[in-house]
Amino acid sequence: MRLIAAFFIGGLFGVGLLISGMTDTRKVIGWLDIFGDWDPTLAFVMGGAIIPMAIAWQIAARRASPALGGTFPSPPEPRLGRNLVLGSVLFGMGWGLAGLCPGPAIASITWGGTGGAVFLVAMILGMVAAPPLKRSLQGRQTA
Amino acid sequence: MPQDWIFGLIGGAMIGIAAAAYLLINGRIMGASGIIGTLVDRSAPENGAERLAFLTGLVLIPGAVALATGTAQTHLTGNFALIAVAGLLVGLGTRIANGCTSGHGVCGISRLSLRGIVATVFYIGAGGLTVVVFRHMLGWV
Repeated sequence: MRLIAAFFIGGLFGVGLLISGMTDTRKVIGWLDIFGDWDPTLAFVMGGAIIPMAIAWQIAARRASPALGGTFPSPPEPRLGRNLVLGSVLFGMGWGLAGLCPGPAIASITWGGTGGAVFLVAMILGMVAAPPLKRSLQGRQTA
Repeated sequence: MPQDWIFGLIGGAMIGIAAAAYLLINGRIMGASGIIGTLVDRSAPENGAERLAFLTGLVLIPGAVALATGTAQTHLTGNFALIAVAGLLVGLGTRIANGCTSGHGVCGISRLSLRGIVATVFYIGAGGLTVVVFRHMLGWV
């Protein structure tokens, strides 16, 4: 049951990414292009996504457990830290270069052609390389 | 274009409803980089099947919609070296920051998480600067 729910939720997420324009790198780069021909579409995407999710957090706060059991995620970590800023800057640079973030990169793999495949493989390599790099960064921080 | 904004709003609502359902039904935060990242680096062996099911739906269902409509395009650059560098940065950055547009952006901001807000300010800021440098100064993208 959990697997069926996850499959269809992933699908709904992906169709939302497709319809909203998040899988179209022209729209994404257009949104980031504040000093050029700025495209505000992504502000509507973010707004449209945040509202139902804000309601969901309110509902979760009043429930003991999720519908299929288990526990709700713990409250957000209050500490910011260097990794959050450094990682977000690296991610933003990659997002600005190609116009794809992780969700749309996966959702568009069937129609993204060779370029989409190159992006996904490189992204996975980056994800595999991240934990050792993160450990060495943290090591230097405490040393 | 106003029509694009309406599609943005409708698609955005679908993203938000998906995130809401993943929280209220499965009890999980719908963060794309965490879902794929913990699978490929094997850092969270429990519930791997659930994340694999999510990713399978994320590939197959929009893939079927795109096949049916025949209009989906990513408009990615043809410069594969640039794409590879971008992909590497996205993979590294999202796992170092522990989240991307869906995790920090949608799920974080909607619960007023300071980490989600700060991450979103930095990745949009860095993305905006990158577009300025590479599009307007170097003319690469």
